Amino acid sequence: MVVDPVEAIIRRYRSDPTYLIQILREIQEALGYITPAAIDELEIGLKVPRTRIESAASFYSFLDLKPAGRYRIRFSDNITDRMLGNMALLERMCGQLWVERGKVSEDGLVSVDTTSCTGMCDQGPAILVNGRAVTRLTAGRVDAICDLVRGATPLDAWPAEFFHVDDNIRRCDALMDSHLGSGDALRSALDRSPQDLIREIGTAGLRGRGGAGFPAGRKWEACRNAPGDAHYVVCNADEGEPGTFKDRVLLTTRAGLVIEGMTLCAYAIGARRGFIYLRGEYRYLLDRLHEQLAARRRNGLLGAAIMGQVGFDFDIEIHVGAGAYVCGEESALIESLEGKRGTPRNRPPFPVTCGYLDQPTVVNNVETFAATTLVAHHGGAWYAAIGTAGSAGTKLLSVAGDCERPGIYEYPWGVTVARVLDDCGAAGAQAVQIGGPSGVCIGTSEFGRRIAFEDLPTAGAFMVFDQGRDMFEVARNFAHFFAHESCGFCTPCRVGTSLLRNLMDKLHNGHGSLHDFDEIKRLNGLLRSMSHCGLGHTACNPVLDTIARFPAAYERRLLHKEFTPAFNLDWALEPARRITHRDDAAAHFDDAGEARAS
Amino acid sequence: MSATFTIDGREIPFTDGQTIIQAALDADVYIPHLCHHPDFPPHGSCKLCTVKVNGRQTASCTRRAEAGMIVESNTPELNAERRALTQMLFVEGNHFCPSCEKSGNCQLQGTAYQLQMMSPRYDHFYPNRSVDASHPDFLLDFNRCILCSLCVRASRDVDGKNVFALGGRGIGTRLIVNAKSHRLADTAFAVGDKAAEVCPVGAILGKRVGFAVPIGERTFDRKPAADWVDSRLTDQD
Repeated sequence: MVVDPVEAIIRRYRSDPTYLIQILREIQEALGYITPAAIDELEIGLKVPRTRIESAASFYSFLDLKPAGRYRIRFSDNITDRMLGNMALLERMCGQLWVERGKVSEDGLVSVDTTSCTGMCDQGPAILVNGRAVTRLTAGRVDAICDLVRGATPLDAWPAEFFHVDDNIRRCDALMDSHLGSGDALRSALDRSPQDLIREIGTAGLRGRGGAGFPAGRKWEACRNAPGDAHYVVCNADEGEPGTFKDRVLLTTRAGLVIEGMTLCAYAIGARRGFIYLRGEYRYLLDRLHEQLAARRRNGLLGAAIMGQVGFDFDIEIHVGAGAYVCGEESALIESLEGKRGTPRNRPPFPVTCGYLDQPTVVNNVETFAATTLVAHHGGAWYAAIGTAGSAGTKLLSVAGDCERPGIYEYPWGVTVARVLDDCGAAGAQAVQIGGPSGVCIGTSEFGRRIAFEDLPTAGAFMVFDQGRDMFEVARNFAHFFAHESCGFCTPCRVGTSLLRNLMDKLHNGHGSLHDFDEIKRLNGLLRSMSHCGLGHTACNPVLDTIARFPAAYERRLLHKEFTPAFNLDWALEPARRITHRDDAAAHFDDAGEARAS
Repeated sequence: MSATFTIDGREIPFTDGQTIIQAALDADVYIPHLCHHPDFPPHGSCKLCTVKVNGRQTASCTRRAEAGMIVESNTPELNAERRALTQMLFVEGNHFCPSCEKSGNCQLQGTAYQLQMMSPRYDHFYPNRSVDASHPDFLLDFNRCILCSLCVRASRDVDGKNVFALGGRGIGTRLIVNAKSHRLADTAFAVGDKAAEVCPVGAILGKRVGFAVPIGERTFDRKPAADWVDSRLTDQD
């Protein structure tokens, strides 16, 4: 008997439309794309209108409503991948496979395109093949992949080393050095009341590691005190900020601490269900994480009556994202968990009172949960003594770019940028992007500044650029990123990020004028004051930072200081030249708009 | 005595749970808006109604009124930003007012006049969008859609039909309809639907109506947008 995969998937998720994104992802894995016939079945099976399904599916980059090739290849397009030569490799692959970037080959075999940073910056250039991460791409590896694709070799038969992901842990401190065993932190916590645990977290001064730095103790307390039918714990593992990969390494090497931290939170706030929202790019970690959860259930650390404590029931499910940076915003993440488009909600109310299914919900970063185990075991005062007055504890940095030893570095908060540069072997740095595109870009004169909430807050990205790098191109890459990742809900961000991208392209093409700098500043004001969420608020940061610190990189683009028309007659002829296969002098205009004499 | 707050120095009464814009419109105080509609719950996407509350900018359609709030709205700074948002809406779509039956009754156009928008300012995107003329009674012109979601909400919450939704992401966000063929004719959309009345622009237009009211005598020809504090505008207004 032939089993209908869609029906089986719907049944496994108990026809529950809150699992829509998971259902769609699995349908895509089974069928290659989300077919119209599959949507017919979902309409009936989940009892939701077609619009609801298509509206959600079309939001996520990794879900396809049209055939996108049996091999769907996506090049990570962070600036660090660019610096490692990913564009030349992309062209090489397209040339060999006879496919145009962004299109599906005529035989339906393969498509090649770019995607936002896949979190492999320390071992790029990286790609995703049907969602699986391939690292350390070289020309040789591209050629081998092209052969495998042409031979229609199943992914499971590809050389295992293609999919090997290194941890690259370079420096350990309190968290990465912790020798806590499974259950140690829980045992310490269960000796005390939930309120005591929250008090310890507060005493520790632990602040959220996702970037915003909200005090974890206050969040937990507010959630505990919020009335609701149920309380939920959500681990934000949607590590989408370009240049950040420390959550990947934590989930690879210290998943036990993360899960235990979530369990501590459940104890503190009285939750019975928790979720790990794992970014789609880390899909390859899913099976391993499921094994860890299963092992903890066997050991009485998850499930009913945890550690024998009657009434302490808690379990965790994993939701896999599908390619949407904005889902790192906590309310957008919750929408996605509920099977919808990842549009940030209107706030207030905040998730602590009105989160998953409108119930009180704690959303914390992977690293935050891991750090709570240290607090629970060693006590708040012990933890507070690490780091600085305003930033307690340690921070994992994801170091990438122009340095000898990219990877994970853990420091007590307060470490100087210069120290990190020293440790990673980045002698010739001219700039560091701290906290990713939405963070801050600093130049050499500021390398004495400290990584701390009081000075340079960060979720962990630390991208190094040496003297040879063009900082304008760095900012342009980030402008493209924000335009690609804007959710499209609010006018200023939907249109403004595209306008900003277009302005940067205009400068890149040599058509910028001083007027465009004023336009960029004006757009920044608008994005900052009118946008619906942090994505729009910060979208101009990389451009403004680099204009302020590296003006020469911009001035070089201004061929004319005075007004320059955006329209270039010669470039406008380019499509016609391509169509007619001409490139002779008569097919060109010169700068003055005169046809060149042949 | 009921609680009050002020908008540009004028005292505005409000009832508990009202948003700033609801209280303002009830008091005949105009705050520019496109995605807000008094018959529907707060949405907050167009951001035109952004005001300053105690010095901080926030959408007045999603922010609840509180006693003693000091709200700034009709200021040159805010109006300049609102004008920029209007310009953004014009350049991201294809709005050719002279050939649009909605001209004169269009809230986008009326609001642009109100905000003294004189040029599109930004380069037009000229997106490639289609027109769906499949339905016997309605024309769906995606070129003019400003993604306010009013038809989505009306169809879902009032008509109970879910004819419309927003699909795509970012600048590729677009209106989609509830049919496997993606044609409006194959949906349950019908004359009398609330969703057929709420479009603030000319994206959803009734067929066989042309120049019933001559140009020059239409809604915003007679009164500027600010004088229509009630946003329930239809062709008949």
